[in-house]
Amino acid sequence: MSKIHVQDLNLYYSSFHALKDVSMNIEACRITSMIGPSGCGKSTLLRVFNRMNDLIDGVRIEGEVLIDGKNIFGRDILLSELRKRIGMVFQRPNPFPISIFENVAYGPRVHGLAKSKDLEGLVERCLSAVELWEVLKDKLHHSALSLSGEQQQRLCIARLLAIEPDVLLMDEPCSALDPIATAKIEELCFQLKERYTIVIVTHNMQQAARISDDVGFMLLGELVEFGQTDKIFTNPVDQRTNDYISGRFG
Amino acid sequence: MIISPRHTQKIAFSLLSLCTVLVIAPVFVIIALIVIRGGPGISWEFLTAMPRMGMKAGGIFPAIVGTLYLVSVTMLFAIPFGVLAAVYLVEYARDHALKRFVEVAIVNLAGVPSIVFGLFGLGLFVVFLKMGTSILAGALTLAIMTLPVIITSTKEALSTVPRSFREVSLSLGATGWQTIRHAVLPNALPGILTGIVLGLSRAAGETAPVLFTVAAFYLPRLPHSFFDQVMVLPYHLYVLSTQVPNVKPEVQYGTALVLVGMVLILNLFAVIIRARFRRRKQW
Ligand SMILES: Nc1ncnc2c1ncn2[C@@H]1O[C@H](COP(=O)(O)OP(=O)(O)OP(=O)(O)O)[C@@H](O)[C@H]1O
Ligand SMILES: [Mg+2]
Repeated sequence: MSKIHVQDLNLYYSSFHALKDVSMNIEACRITSMIGPSGCGKSTLLRVFNRMNDLIDGVRIEGEVLIDGKNIFGRDILLSELRKRIGMVFQRPNPFPISIFENVAYGPRVHGLAKSKDLEGLVERCLSAVELWEVLKDKLHHSALSLSGEQQQRLCIARLLAIEPDVLLMDEPCSALDPIATAKIEELCFQLKERYTIVIVTHNMQQAARISDDVGFMLLGELVEFGQTDKIFTNPVDQRTNDYISGRFG
Repeated sequence: MIISPRHTQKIAFSLLSLCTVLVIAPVFVIIALIVIRGGPGISWEFLTAMPRMGMKAGGIFPAIVGTLYLVSVTMLFAIPFGVLAAVYLVEYARDHALKRFVEVAIVNLAGVPSIVFGLFGLGLFVVFLKMGTSILAGALTLAIMTLPVIITSTKEALSTVPRSFREVSLSLGATGWQTIRHAVLPNALPGILTGIVLGLSRAAGETAPVLFTVAAFYLPRLPHSFFDQVMVLPYHLYVLSTQVPNVKPEVQYGTALVLVGMVLILNLFAVIIRARFRRRKQW
């Protein structure tokens, strides 16, 4: 069974048809990247999975999305439970303007996951997982806004890991970072994929080629092609995919 | 005749500075006048003693206590209703006609003359709800008058909190209320406090709304319950200036000085809160 199963998904922003008949299977413990030109619906698709589109007025969704075999639009789904399992990393690092420790502790506190004495251990584990612990262990009570962009993005990932999700949705997590920081975040994704299912949106073709196991190419709301990375990049079936990855448009 | 840009610049600059000076000069003149003429009247006795000899001598203690008491009870009503209403409007209400109507109503409420609030309080609280002239009736009247100030500034404070804070919090699985409670309100708090303080200082200084609802002409004792009348500073000042003959100017100006001092101190708090926040805020 696939981790995320998408069948005939259509999404409308009021009258604008933003996702058209998208069907695909995302497998557990792999990195899946979504590529495509600006405005093709990558973020929209990602936001379907943790139902962040619910916040937008006038959104209508048709079709089926199963995560672990369960329909995420079902009546028995608790949004907070769903979002706890399907975490999201945003394009711009967005720590809360509170201390580093409190940022990581935010999710566990909200979900009542840890008593205060375990909380410290949890924060340490999460910061270690994103390789911030050694650097920051003496600065836990400094403001998160004092960190560099890359550290902030790592912190946001740590904040997410603290609620023990199993899918990580990343919407262009490196677009606000320089190449060295980007390489480090990619390295981190590699480590994380052992335990998490990662779906990453990127504009950067090299990045998609470097880090992902599967790639989906989207165009104007359609999923044009979806498959294993090396296959898509070396031998795409669709002419439009070929044009895009060889840089002829987009 | 063609004036060179350098000259127009000079003229514009002088005109603008002149206007600024003209606008703020009266404030300084008023304050200076009150301080110079009221200063000699201020003494420990003036601040802590009951009035004597038909208010011509003694102190203004009951009016100070009355004002503090009244303002505190006012805030007891105005803060929860104002803040929660603003939270509802900004965080929960979807954008439709009714919401817009409510928002327009609030803006208009802020423009209603204070005497109208006074008469409304008299009609509703004092007479219809049979509260009589009492702290409760006065506080409710003042609360209604300060609500628009608190609601408007709270709304403003909430909408300056970046959308991304809400999104992150929700994406971490927090509920709507948890998000408001932990991600939004703490970051809006300084703005909300500023609004509360400004509302408070307005409530402390108004005469018309308390005139028929709570203010006692002369009551040289402290209040015992919500249903007592009290003396309040603005009304006391009005009485001293117009109703009682031959009051010494130190007493009149002294009272004015205490009132202005109280309001200024409150406003100073608002400025300090704002300034501190500005230094800390980084997004
Ligand atoms: N809230 C919204 N209301 C209406 N239309 C929207 C909304 N959000 C996105 N859209 C439209 O839906 C389409 C897909 O948007 P989306 O943000 O998913 O694109 P994207 O592939 O992530 O683009 P980018 O690479 O620029 O981030 C765009 O044409 C956009 O204009
Ligand atoms: Mg996007």
